[in-house]
Amino acid sequence: MAQTLGRVLQQGHHIEALVKAGVKDIVLAVNYRPEIMVSVLKKTEEELGISITFSVETEPLGTAGPLALAREILGKDDSPFFVLNADVTCTYPFEAFRDFHLAHGCEGSIMVTKVAEPSNFGVVVTKPNSTVIDRFVEKPVEFVGNRVNAGIYLFNPSILDRIELRPTSIEKEIFPAIAADHQLHSFDMAGFWMDVGQPKDYLTGTCLYLSHLTSQHSPLLADPKQHKWVYGGNVLVDPTAEVDPSSVIGPNVVLGAGVKIGKGVRLQRCVVLSNAVIRDHAWVANSIVGWNSNVGRWTRVENITVLGDDVTIKDELYVNGASVLPHKSISTSITEPRIVMCKLELYFHR
Amino acid sequence: MSVTKGVLLVGGPSKGTRMRPLTLDCAKPLLPIAGKPMIWHPLSALAKVPGLTEVIIIGFYEDSVLSGFIKDAKREFPNIAISYLREYRPLGTAGGLYHFRDSILRPPVPQNIFICNIDICCSFPFTEMLEFHSKHRGVGTILTVKVKREIATHYGSIVHDPATLQVLHYVEKPEGWISDMVNGGVYLFDRSLFDEIKEAMADKTARAAEDPLVQPDDMQKLALETDVIVPLAASKKMYVYQCKDFWRQIKTAASAVTASSLYLSRFAKTAPELLAPSGPTIISPAFVDPTAQIAPTAKIGPNVAIGPHCQVGEGVRVKDAIILEGSTLDQHSCVLNSIVGMNCHIGPWARVDGSPEPESGVKGQISVTILGTEVTLTPETHVRSCIVLPNKSLNKSSANQVLL
Repeated sequence: MAQTLGRVLQQGHHIEALVKAGVKDIVLAVNYRPEIMVSVLKKTEEELGISITFSVETEPLGTAGPLALAREILGKDDSPFFVLNADVTCTYPFEAFRDFHLAHGCEGSIMVTKVAEPSNFGVVVTKPNSTVIDRFVEKPVEFVGNRVNAGIYLFNPSILDRIELRPTSIEKEIFPAIAADHQLHSFDMAGFWMDVGQPKDYLTGTCLYLSHLTSQHSPLLADPKQHKWVYGGNVLVDPTAEVDPSSVIGPNVVLGAGVKIGKGVRLQRCVVLSNAVIRDHAWVANSIVGWNSNVGRWTRVENITVLGDDVTIKDELYVNGASVLPHKSISTSITEPRIVMCKLELYFHR
Repeated sequence: MSVTKGVLLVGGPSKGTRMRPLTLDCAKPLLPIAGKPMIWHPLSALAKVPGLTEVIIIGFYEDSVLSGFIKDAKREFPNIAISYLREYRPLGTAGGLYHFRDSILRPPVPQNIFICNIDICCSFPFTEMLEFHSKHRGVGTILTVKVKREIATHYGSIVHDPATLQVLHYVEKPEGWISDMVNGGVYLFDRSLFDEIKEAMADKTARAAEDPLVQPDDMQKLALETDVIVPLAASKKMYVYQCKDFWRQIKTAASAVTASSLYLSRFAKTAPELLAPSGPTIISPAFVDPTAQIAPTAKIGPNVAIGPHCQVGEGVRVKDAIILEGSTLDQHSCVLNSIVGMNCHIGPWARVDGSPEPESGVKGQISVTILGTEVTLTPETHVRSCIVLPNKSLNKSSANQVLL
């Protein structure tokens, strides 16, 4: 029923997830035709019973232009199509997103995600008590909302009438026009790390709670007499967590179920959620490490960094105040606070 | 076989200011690159040239600065004579050579003379240059390097005839782009070079006599590039030998890390005995001084040089870095893309890192972190892309700044 246009190479399992949501045609918008991928995708086409087309830009067309280039395929019938940026993973809720889009019946839907400090981003502002998008505010100076564009869209083919075959920004030129016609809705990406609230407050709250446990002499806290790796107290460790005795943990640390802490790790003022792994000699402070995440050896993580579910940080990196969406793999240092969403490199690691 | 000699131009203390704070406590020619003094690299390459009898070092450092190195070098390279000639006033590169012409030309009288700046890092293809030089009838051969167009104007630009390899045109640091072939700072000259310098001096004096704007100070200085090579090129007496290997200038402290990596990779091919053997602790290439102590759980390399008497603790990580003599890295600390000066102390879980040296640096932006002598980092502090002056004790994290 629906079609998809991905801007860069997709790997098999991403395509599968889209196929589950009813996608039959896939258009890969690329600026050259990667021959290696052609045979792989041929196989995928046959296995999944879909058709994959390359749409090759001869000049950079921005974020909207490629849609006009693929007009013939996207506009062949009335069914809506997905548009994804390069780094989509299989776990995005495509089916729920499709149902949402079909239910509101308007021209387009944007998947949004909540962030703690939206001042560096384009914020999506909806009409009161509605999912209809009212306007976009680039780098807001005062708080207008905390939902930002996650780079995943669903459109009716009628959007193609708004796009000319020239370099065009979908965010800056096309979206404001659709929003002005009240034809654009926002869809909250659920199950995301931001569900814990503001990470900064979450950490502060955790410290208060741990201090409270200490004042109650709670048996839940790790006993420094029993564990020489406890430093400064206020350390809460799930019984199933494994901590190497050469590490130094605390003060104000929570380790979830199944967490593994390697040799010579140093943790303070942080929460490590279940089944995350902190590898040897890593240093983590003032941060939240998400479920199933993996922090590399000699990596330093600090300054309200929040890692989503299943994030991998490679060895020896420095991660400063990053908010990393689920399922990302980080292989270069993040030296200034930012949100890690769309990075091409992620493709080749997953 | 005809006699060949080598001249290494080391400059003096007023040079090397861009290498600060490293050169505050160590003369630039002696700065360890891949575990060896900067000057050692061209010297050891010269010592391998067939028929080379002597290397003369010319500069304006005090004799005592280089005497220790020269003593060691004489022991290491017993087949050649090594001496240092000190200029008492700056004469310019060609002026200095001419001033010491009698010393250079004393018996055994050389047919050919290599002239080499020491602040470059390359494989020094001296033997190949000598073979090429003996086949053409020019006065000199110049080592040329192909560089990126954007940075070509930072160097002496050379236009040559691709068929004959004759230099057609030479401009030192041109204002606009001329050629992406540049002067690599290594030359081989026939001994008639001194006649050419004499002529160049006479020319300059004659021109100065007609030009009232010339300062008497300028008169005494004669630069090899602008005053000698330019006229030699014009009279088609220079030839090019293109460097086929790596080539870098060592002008800034950050470039020392790049140069060190390049030399270490070269050692892996040409002199593996100089490198620490690969193993669970060492990722090759790495140089570890025999007097340094490395804990077995540390991980060192690639592209690391660790100096004498350093102490590297349990679980320490060092990569793309130079650790100078007498420094201590405590357990679980991490040093990446940095130079740690002499007798520094890096506390447990402290981190010293930077970004790799960019190909063309942006003014005011620090890439590689440089710690001066006797800098202390308290436990868990992080210093990123900083230049830290000697004797500082840092107890809080810093990034992108010069710490005075």
